[in-house]
Parts: sequence; structure tokens; C-alpha cells
Amino acid sequence: MKKKPVEIRWHGRGGQGAKTACLLLADAAFSSGKYVQGFPEYGPERMGAPITAYNRISDERCTVHSNIYHPDYVVVVDETLLASVDVTHGLSEQGAIIINTSRSPDEVRPLLGGYAGRVCTIDARRISEETLGRNFPNTPMLAAAVKVSGVVEPGRFVADMEASFRHKFSHKPQVIDGNMNALTKSMQEVKVG
Amino acid sequence: MAKRDRLSGNEAVAYAMRQIDPDVMGAFPITPSTEIPQYFAQYVADGLVHTEYVTVESEHSSMSTCIGAAAAGARAVTATSSCGLALMWELLYVAASYRLPVTLACVNRALTGPININNDHSDSMGARDTGWIQIYAENNQEAYDNYLQAMPIGENPAVRLPVMVCQDGFITSHAVENIELCEDDEVKAFVGEYQPEQYLLKHENPLAVGPYGVSPYYMEAKVGQAEAMKTAKAVILEIGRRFGEMTGRFYGFFESYRLEDAEAAVVLIGSSAGTARACVDELRAQGKRVGMLKLRVFRPFPFEELAAALSHCRAVAILDKCESFSAAGGPLGAEVRAALYGCRERPLAVNYVYGLGGRDFRVEDCTQIFRALEECIRTGETGAPYRHIGQRG
Repeated sequence: MKKKPVEIRWHGRGGQGAKTACLLLADAAFSSGKYVQGFPEYGPERMGAPITAYNRISDERCTVHSNIYHPDYVVVVDETLLASVDVTHGLSEQGAIIINTSRSPDEVRPLLGGYAGRVCTIDARRISEETLGRNFPNTPMLAAAVKVSGVVEPGRFVADMEASFRHKFSHKPQVIDGNMNALTKSMQEVKVG
Repeated sequence: MAKRDRLSGNEAVAYAMRQIDPDVMGAFPITPSTEIPQYFAQYVADGLVHTEYVTVESEHSSMSTCIGAAAAGARAVTATSSCGLALMWELLYVAASYRLPVTLACVNRALTGPININNDHSDSMGARDTGWIQIYAENNQEAYDNYLQAMPIGENPAVRLPVMVCQDGFITSHAVENIELCEDDEVKAFVGEYQPEQYLLKHENPLAVGPYGVSPYYMEAKVGQAEAMKTAKAVILEIGRRFGEMTGRFYGFFESYRLEDAEAAVVLIGSSAGTARACVDELRAQGKRVGMLKLRVFRPFPFEELAAALSHCRAVAILDKCESFSAAGGPLGAEVRAALYGCRERPLAVNYVYGLGGRDFRVEDCTQIFRALEECIRTGETGAPYRHIGQRG
């Protein structure tokens, strides 16, 4: 019997980079030798509208091409979505939800409709502003998702991301350190409740 | 030596185009195919290809560009989706009847209305009788592999027909998955140079392209096209075999999955076949004799081969990602039922229309279809032969 892939659902708002983070996670998992899927669900696209993106990560090619209804992990890039989207819908109680917020896991758990699994929080906005000087929550959210889910070995992840940033930002090396700091800081600071 | 990478379906097709380095691209953007001309434009700007990249004002013009270029003896490509393909309509017939082997990357999307950007097969299925060869992909790998095979098929002197290489919009075009890519020199050798025997600008043998076809000539031209489509079958198999020798990935008209001893089977096209494959595995693990047939080549339609592959089943469900408003089913349903008519023993057949405008097709939907087939087998009755699945209410 095939091992079930790890399934991750991303919630964000158009323009925040949830799709980019999803594709970066697919990249990171690919670099560590996994089979990956990273795909967005498109609706009427506009800035600020809720968007969903998905990852499947496994040791063999996963052929299922439907959306994900029973994720192992959910990542919420914008905490205002907690008021309007049922972000824990179908989420495994053995898994976890990772939310971009300055609040603690205990403070946000009451907003999650009785979800009994792990609730993790990370202040991606602050980390991003401190390390990159602007609110780009992508990198810290990706790092927190990797740390909590363990889909990629953290040491390997950090090394791969550094190589990828060096390649991607070869024309502006000043942002490489900022992104690497955002990454490591997020992995240290993510709170698991 | 194969290179392992991860690319979306659109990236994979643009990558294949770069490796082929066609002479002319007629470029006009439309969701979800836009990324193909977009990525390709980068290759042009970076000097990685020598293609004449013609930005035009509509899809009618992008296909006209390809027709003009191909008539002049050039290798011409374009990409489109949905209403873009619809706007090419009259030119699709022109390309096919002039016997110009243009290659079109069709990223399948629903047609209006209501207006919708998501996937179904209404666009290319509507163009099924235009005289184009149509090849469909399940995933990014097949979109890439099929694209590399399109020109050796269409440009074969015994075929000389345009080829539409289809993949599912968003589900395949925008999903990043693992892929194996060929080396550039392997692709160049496999696809070869395009050397048409006749073309407009061949001064030693000038040629008229597109003259009026009076009644004493018109039908001969059409029979010529029909014969070319029959001939294409052998060429498609030969190219699929040669591609397999190069890559280890062999292609035919369709893929049979756990079908040999299956009592119940689904027949479908595109990305949903991957989902059906997972469903088949689940049900097989419960001891159920189920299988799948994924159709790859819709034009020419492999009537005899498909009938032979399905005739031993007791019940089959044919899944159309397209509504044809015949009040009796979809285009794939009609063809498969026609194919089965010639069998002495044939399975019960039901036709489902599913997945319109991006409606998700889940493993559970496929399980539900297999349950219905089980009921057909138990009762010996087809029940309603034309059904929809996945809609609310």
C-alpha cells in the first residue's frame, strides 16, 4: 500500500504571496529528493481576496489531481481570514495549523471552531519587518511550515534555501542575509501550543 | 541523459518550445495559456531561440500568422485557451485543409457562459471536427512529452496535419510537479529539421495555397484529409515508440491501467485520469476488479484498439469533461459507444459529464462512479445512460 503524501493547504489573500510560498515549499521539498505538487486554486483573482494553494509531498509520485480536503497541515498567511474562512475544515487533528499572528497559540485557539490539534503561531510580519524592512510574510511562513511539519529536514532546508537565494538574488546580494535571517528567526520563534 | 526538474505544465511546454526553436510563434495571451508565450518571450529576449516572435492583436491573427508562416515553409507554433481557440475557429479549418502542420498548445479551459477561467474540455472538444490531430496530457510530464512528439507526427509527409497538444488549465498548467527533461541535443535530433516538400516560396516549384475549391475538386481535398488522419494512426504509434526508446516513456493511443482483468472500467481524458488511477488502486486493494482507460489521442480516434481493450469489461463509465448538449451525452461518450457497437460482446456503457468549469473531480467521485457500475453489473441494467456528477442539488 502506498504511503499517503503529506498534504498542506495555504490560506492567504491575493497579492500576499501564499502561492509563492507554496511553490517555494515545493521547490525545497524537490531539492531534498521528494515528489512534489504545488498548485493554486484560482477564482476571480483580485488583490486582497481570499486565495487557497496546496502542496502534496511524498516519496513516490502522487497522481491525484484534486484539491485537498483533508490536509495534514494548514498555513494561514493572513490572520484576518480566521473571521471569514473555515481554515480548519477537514484538518487532521494529528497535524497542525500555523498562523501568522502576534498572538499566542492559546489566544487564537478559541477562534478555530474547536480544533483539537496543535496550534502554532509565528509573528511573520514583525520578523519580516525586522529582517527585510518590509512586510513580506512568505519566507518566515515557509520556514515555520517546514519546522512544524518536518516535510523537509530543517538543516537541509536552510542550506538549500541559502543556495536558492544566492542564485535568485545574485544581482542584489544585500537581500540574501535578510531572507536567511527571516528564515532562521522564524524557525526559532514559532510557538507550538 | 535525462535532467530531473520541477516545472508547471506551462513551463514544461515553453521549455520544449525552446529546445525545438521553431521558426515562428504567433503570440496572443489568454488565461490559462498566457504563461507559454510569456516564458517563451523571455527565451527570445535572452537570445536562446531564433524564433520570429509575432505579437498580434487576436487569436484569429495568431493562427493566421502560423498559417502564413507554415505555408511559406516555416515551422510555426502558437498557444491558446477557451474563447481564444473559439476565435481561431475558421482558421483551424484553414490550417488543416491547407495541410499545414502547425503546432498549437491548447491549455483547456471552459467556454462562456457564465464566464469562467477554469478547466474543462469544451474548447478543444468543440474543435474536434476541424481536422486537427488532438493529443491530451495527464500531467506536466505528458504535456512536455506530447509536445516533443507533435512535430514528428504532424510534419510526416504522409500526414501533414496540424497538431493540438492539450493539457488541463490550472490543474496541469499551473501545478508544479517533478518532471524529467531531455537534453537539448536529444530533442533536436528527435524532432529534426522541418523540410517540407512543397511550400509557397519554393521558386523551382511555385505553389498556390488556398485557391477556391469548386465542387469537382472540393471533395477530393476532404477525402485527402480523411486519409491523412487514418495514416496518422501508424505514425503516432511509431513516434510514441521512438520517443520511448529515447526516454523510457512509451506512448500509444491510450493507457490501460489494471484493465486486463477488470469487470468495471472508467474511460477518461486528462488530469482526472491520475485521480482515477488512485481510486482504482484503492478499490483493487479491497479486491474489486476495476480498471481505467486514459485516452491520449482523440483525433484520430482509435476505434478498433479501444473496443478491443474494453470489450471484456461488463460495464464501463465514459467520462466527458465537456457538455455537448446532444441530450444524450458528451463527445467521448458518443465515440466510445460507437467503437463498442462493433463488438460481438460488449459492456454496458454509461456516460457521465463531470468537472465543468473547474468543478473538482475527487477520488470519492470516481468511487461513486465505480459503485454505480457495480450496480449495473448486478442488475444487468444500464439505467440512465447519460448522467452528470459533481453538481449541487
